[in-house]
Amino acid sequence: MQNKINTLKPDLLQKIEQANNLTALDEIRVAALGKNGAITVLMKELGTLPVEEKKQAGQVLNVFKTEIANTLEAKKKKLEEAEMNAKLASQKVDVTLPVRPNSVGRIHPVSQVMEEMLTIFAQMGFDLAEGPDIEDDWHNFEALNIPPSHPARQMQATFFMEGDSDKILRTHTSGVQIRTMENKKPPIKIVAPGRVYRVDYDATHTPMFHQIEGLVIDKTTNLAHLKGVLEEFLKLFFETDDVKLRFRPSFFPFTEPSYEADVGGSLAKSIGKEWIELLGCGMVHPNVLKNCGIDPNEYQGFAFGCGIDRFAMLKYGIPDLRNMFDADMRWIKHYGFLPTDIPTITSGLSLTAGSKK
Amino acid sequence: MKLSLTWLKKYLETNATPNEIADKLTSIGLEVEEIINPTEQLKDFIIGEIKNVEKHPNADKLNLLQVWTGKEMLQIVCGAPNCYVGMKSVLALPGVLIPKYNEKLEKGKIRGIESQGMMCAEDELCIGEDHTGIIDLKTDLPAGTSVAEALKSDVVFDVNVTPNRGDCFGVKGIARDLSATGIGSYISNDVEPITGSFKSPISVQITDQNCPQFVGRYIKGVKNVESPDWMKESLIAAGLRPISALVDITNYLNIGECRPLHVFDADKLTGNITVRSAKNGEKLDALDDKSYTLSEGMTVIADEAGAQSIAGVMGGVPTCCSKDTVNVFLESAYFEPISIAKTGRILNAESDSRQRFERGIDPASCIMGNEIATRLILDICGGEASELVIAGQEPNWKREIEFDWNQVKRLTGMDIPQEKMVSILEKLGFKVNGNTLSVPSWRSNDVSCSADIVEEIVRINGLEELPTLTLRANKLPTSILLPRQKREVAVRRALASRGLNQVMTWSFMDSKLAAKFDSKGIKIANPIASDLDEMRPSLIPNLLIAVKHNQDRGIQDVQLFEVGPEFYSTKPTEQRLVAAGIRAGDFTTKHWAQTERVVDVFDAKADALAALESMDAPQTQVFVKAPSWYHPGRSGSLCLGKNVLAYFGEIHPAILKDLGIKTPVVGFEIYIDNIPQAKTKSKTQKPLKLSNLMPLTRDFAFVMDKHVEAAKVLSAIRSVDKEKITDAVIFDVYVGDKLPAGKKQLAVKVTIQPMDKTLTDQDIEILSTQIINLVKKNTGAELRA
Repeated sequence: MQNKINTLKPDLLQKIEQANNLTALDEIRVAALGKNGAITVLMKELGTLPVEEKKQAGQVLNVFKTEIANTLEAKKKKLEEAEMNAKLASQKVDVTLPVRPNSVGRIHPVSQVMEEMLTIFAQMGFDLAEGPDIEDDWHNFEALNIPPSHPARQMQATFFMEGDSDKILRTHTSGVQIRTMENKKPPIKIVAPGRVYRVDYDATHTPMFHQIEGLVIDKTTNLAHLKGVLEEFLKLFFETDDVKLRFRPSFFPFTEPSYEADVGGSLAKSIGKEWIELLGCGMVHPNVLKNCGIDPNEYQGFAFGCGIDRFAMLKYGIPDLRNMFDADMRWIKHYGFLPTDIPTITSGLSLTAGSKK
Repeated sequence: MKLSLTWLKKYLETNATPNEIADKLTSIGLEVEEIINPTEQLKDFIIGEIKNVEKHPNADKLNLLQVWTGKEMLQIVCGAPNCYVGMKSVLALPGVLIPKYNEKLEKGKIRGIESQGMMCAEDELCIGEDHTGIIDLKTDLPAGTSVAEALKSDVVFDVNVTPNRGDCFGVKGIARDLSATGIGSYISNDVEPITGSFKSPISVQITDQNCPQFVGRYIKGVKNVESPDWMKESLIAAGLRPISALVDITNYLNIGECRPLHVFDADKLTGNITVRSAKNGEKLDALDDKSYTLSEGMTVIADEAGAQSIAGVMGGVPTCCSKDTVNVFLESAYFEPISIAKTGRILNAESDSRQRFERGIDPASCIMGNEIATRLILDICGGEASELVIAGQEPNWKREIEFDWNQVKRLTGMDIPQEKMVSILEKLGFKVNGNTLSVPSWRSNDVSCSADIVEEIVRINGLEELPTLTLRANKLPTSILLPRQKREVAVRRALASRGLNQVMTWSFMDSKLAAKFDSKGIKIANPIASDLDEMRPSLIPNLLIAVKHNQDRGIQDVQLFEVGPEFYSTKPTEQRLVAAGIRAGDFTTKHWAQTERVVDVFDAKADALAALESMDAPQTQVFVKAPSWYHPGRSGSLCLGKNVLAYFGEIHPAILKDLGIKTPVVGFEIYIDNIPQAKTKSKTQKPLKLSNLMPLTRDFAFVMDKHVEAAKVLSAIRSVDKEKITDAVIFDVYVGDKLPAGKKQLAVKVTIQPMDKTLTDQDIEILSTQIINLVKKNTGAELRA
């Protein structure tokens, strides 16, 4: 038996070694281990041997059979791997080709900044209020201590509605102060964003723009609180501690005293100025409180109003107000925000503006 | 309002610099918008005195000058023909910036001779155009002094006066306010009353209550000369053109004293003067070269021939002064602010006088105003003054305010000592008697309550001591958005993530275009442009105009949306929030990995559905009905019964054609206010039911009449077993030769999810039969053999 194995073995091993594809290898396997394969024939011969030889010959043959089977298996793996590699090599593509377009739109900077502002004021405990764009004379002017023929009416060039002399397009969000105070008893703490309109169109004015109004009414709130609220708001909004606030006496019929708030510090310096005019504010005029049925001897508070568009321009370096409203795709792709840029206090209010790279 | 430093100094004694004055003005609420200082850029130039003049040895037309700088003698080459020994001119030393060339002067050799500086002509300094010679300063100032001083050009402040400060539309008022800050002391320009030498031949009577007082004076024998330089300079600095002494004097008082006046040529007046209401249709040719038609309620100054001046607004041409005027009648009156404002607005007549009267001038200034003007006329034009003619009475401007001194602390949080508060008020002209404050006449139009007094005190005191207090939140930070506003935020981000870009367009639009979008006719009486004259009844038209705007700039594929108001009437409740979007051109562009495809109705439907989903809207039904601006066969609505939540579809080709848009456009509109609020407030989800059994699918092909709506087929399939049938997808729609005419075939893949036990072949067979039967019953469709 050993002799037979010795003759068979080198021949089989060589054939396995030389096999260059899986089919050839399988033919060798059948010739060795198949039904009529050489090793199978030997196995059958075992039965014809005398009992004393049978055991030893059986062991030798089993070792041989196992060796051939393992060699075959190893070779099979090798050939399979080679086949797979050849197949993958043939499947190569040019990965530098551009991907299928998946366009994502942009959020308008005014909406984005409005969300930023509301996030801050919500944290400071303000509620949100609203009013209509087509406003009546009482809410936009008269209740705000601007009687007819008051020169202050000329400060805000007004759009009038045809055929309804009482109705105008609101010139400011201050009318929401009145609507709120008429319907709610103090304490009141609200902000009111929205569209406002003035008959004005040049490099720095558009007939429509956005304002946010703030109003706080209770028994103790004073000018020092106004300063505190605005400072906190500006620091959070512009995300800097370097906010210098200056109150400059001014005039609004619905506040007394009235101030223009200017901001200095690094923000102003960044656009080459010492101070930037930011917003109008003041202590709510006693006549305004009276007009809403609130006793000015008992209650007091402040109001402020600022241009959202202007804040957006300042914060995000947008040069021309007029582009905000001309719906130009190139502009919105450049200055707009990704839908995933959701302002929160925790992750930061100012996320990468749109296409900023 | 513009005023020069020189003019200000006539009313304010001060050593403060222009910058200090400007800062102070801004800090007390008189914002200085600009300090115009023409000589600022000349401060580096000095006076050079020419000590010797000789010809340049190498050039005929050049001189060689020896110039004294006050410290040393310089040799300067100069081509000016007008230099002479002893002349003081403007010397630029090396390193000084020459405004005309915007370059720094360098030492150099001219024709072989070194020049150690340059003598300048007007044009080189950009202060004039003259280049015929160097500037002859003709000054007594010594060599070496800055030229800025020698040229004495005046500093001008441009002050933004707020409408409540009628008194500060005059140099006098500004100076009085400044003096209260301690930066200088106020100088009164009042004059001694002039005793008239005769009785005025013209008398005055008032029949209009809008004129409480009229103070007139007749001055005879005047000569309407040119005004003196000091007056002309002041007026020019204020932006006015000097005309003649009589006119200039009234302008000078208008701006200096905030005291509008009028001078009539007395010889052109007919008889006596009456201050009366205009008659309807009465006409006047006014000094602004316009002819005004007056109406009742407007106050006029009339003589016996008719209206000669629109009171407080503008004088008339027939009685105005000319070079030949000899006798004048001077008017100094008070008119009610509201009446002047009304008249001015109705007539659309602007004047410096109207600006002051309507904001309220000092009601106690009629007599003194007349006196000051008379003094100036007599001094400049000569003549002889009559006695004053006074009609009416000084209006009752006296006002007392009971003031609680704690109000300052209450409203501002600042502790200001009472003595300081009293002192500030007194400097501002208030009389303080314990808690009773008397308002000065010039503030009587503006200061009327305690809050006004607080403002006055704080304005002058400044806000250096204003503490910064935190307003404690009275509740935990929480969402402050109303459900509708949350939806607004959500839909913005949902639409942007689908590739639409958010825009903001005007709330108004062209009424001609609105007519095609179910116009509600809400017109603006005074639109900014004729094509922005109606409040928009729909967001779509402005978006279409935006498409055109972009396509005109070479961007053919446009994807835009807006979330904003539509207006259905002028009532507050009929302003509705809408989200609308449009897509124009290609949906998928030419690309190696995809086929090009233009936008279609299903893109708009997908946008609308995604938008509704982002706003947590309930499942809607699709109806084949949309407004007229959509393609009638390619549009629909998404509804809850009769409640329309959205429209979608291709925009009507006729509208696109009108707007010049050549690509297809699809769009959608979502009525956010129509979406019902979620019924449950619970935050917890329904428990998830998962089956361990494999889902299986079956395909069905139904042939039906081509008008049968696919939605009916799908809804029939789903209703067979709402639990087990988890999905039904139409994967093919076929219309063509292989079917009879008027038929279509829908191929549907139905997903069946066994829940409790595996389904047997028989179970599935039963379910399939039920599906086929119900579809047939509901739609008439047959299973394809």
